[in-house]
Amino acid sequence: MIEVREVHKSFGALAVLKGVNLNVEKGEVVSVIGSSGSGKSTLLTCINGLEQINSGSILVDGVEVHARTTDLNKLRRKIGIVFQQFNAFPHLTALENVMLAPRKVLGMTKAEAEAIAVTQLSHVGLADKLSIYPGKLSGGQQQRMAIARALAMSPAYMLFDEVTSALDPQLVGEVLDTLKLLANDGTTMICVTHEMSFARDVSDRVAFFHQGVLAEIAPPDQFFNAPQHPRTKEFLSNVR
Amino acid sequence: MFDTALTLSDLMFLIQGAGMTLAVTFFAVTGGTLLGLVFGVIRAHVSVWVALPLIFVLDVFRSVPLLIQLVLANAFQAIAGLNMPPFATSSIVLALYTSAYCTEIVRGAIDAVPTVTRRAARSLGLTWGQDMTYVVFPIALRVALPSWIGLTLGVMKDSALVLWLGLIELLRAGQILVTRLQEPMFILIVVGAIYFLMSFPIARLGGRLEKRFREND
Repeated sequence: MIEVREVHKSFGALAVLKGVNLNVEKGEVVSVIGSSGSGKSTLLTCINGLEQINSGSILVDGVEVHARTTDLNKLRRKIGIVFQQFNAFPHLTALENVMLAPRKVLGMTKAEAEAIAVTQLSHVGLADKLSIYPGKLSGGQQQRMAIARALAMSPAYMLFDEVTSALDPQLVGEVLDTLKLLANDGTTMICVTHEMSFARDVSDRVAFFHQGVLAEIAPPDQFFNAPQHPRTKEFLSNVR
Repeated sequence: MFDTALTLSDLMFLIQGAGMTLAVTFFAVTGGTLLGLVFGVIRAHVSVWVALPLIFVLDVFRSVPLLIQLVLANAFQAIAGLNMPPFATSSIVLALYTSAYCTEIVRGAIDAVPTVTRRAARSLGLTWGQDMTYVVFPIALRVALPSWIGLTLGVMKDSALVLWLGLIELLRAGQILVTRLQEPMFILIVVGAIYFLMSFPIARLGGRLEKRFREND
């Protein structure tokens, strides 16, 4: 379970998170929507400890992420994250990209890591791209490879930070299909997204981020059909 | 037709000088690269203010003419009673000189690795050291290689200045022959050709590595 409690985070004078509260249960898919710059992505990078927080706390399975005694390298094994920008390791093939962390972090043998990497790459539809370098993959393929790379660590939680935002429109579908596949597998996911239909169809709950706080969080039916918060209503009427 | 007093043993003398050039260059580039790696990693990871003393010292090595550095270093080691042989003094000065340039190459190459790539590596649970070893250095190497090859070739030619400390390297060997044989044009052509023969394989090696990297990325 991920518990976000009264988290405040600023970059210099700019307050990005202003008291965020969010609980995500095992197996749950939560979509986070909201206008750009509202702090959605920052929340994700705080959850796996890539960013420090100013106050509040974030607990993952009861372990406080930002406590001094927390071994972040160990904690991050169970939190996978995929970013908006392509972030493949350009000097490694798709297979090697996925094998790196299982080998170096989990200490698997080459054969073990390779078996897992092949499984995960096949799962995201890249079985025929194993020996291809990222430079020769399309944006959609790179994102799917990044998903496979995160999944190879068998994380308990997956965080997706606008993974389709940098893609050409015709490539968005293949990545969203991969995300749906994961959701159906029962993966616990937090998806920051601008894809309303995805949020509606796949999520257990949808959260609306506005000016550094979670203005509203509700199951998709209620969220899209009967939003409570005036800002949610305004936002939804603009994206429709 | 063409006639010269240059004998085979004179040629061997030149080749011995070339050996000295290679030896000094080897120590300078090896030492300079190792130091440059350490300094470059520091420069890429700490703020400018913390690195200020290092930046200042390296700027001195980059700004003061190498000839002055060599002569002063040799004088200081003598005053300090270190009794260092000229070869050691030369190698150390050249290594520091090389490290000053190498530091900037390494820093630039590490900075060229996108932040999001490093974040991706860390988010998979890789430690800082693993991130550096398996992700940052291999990517940075591709960025740094052309500049590093250029630096190595430059140092090989700059190493001629160690003749001022009495080392008979390639250029000094050539000078000695010019004085004796009075054939400056021909001997300088031979010396230049030897420099070229030493540089060419390094330049080609760099070109081949770059091509291999490009095919992959």
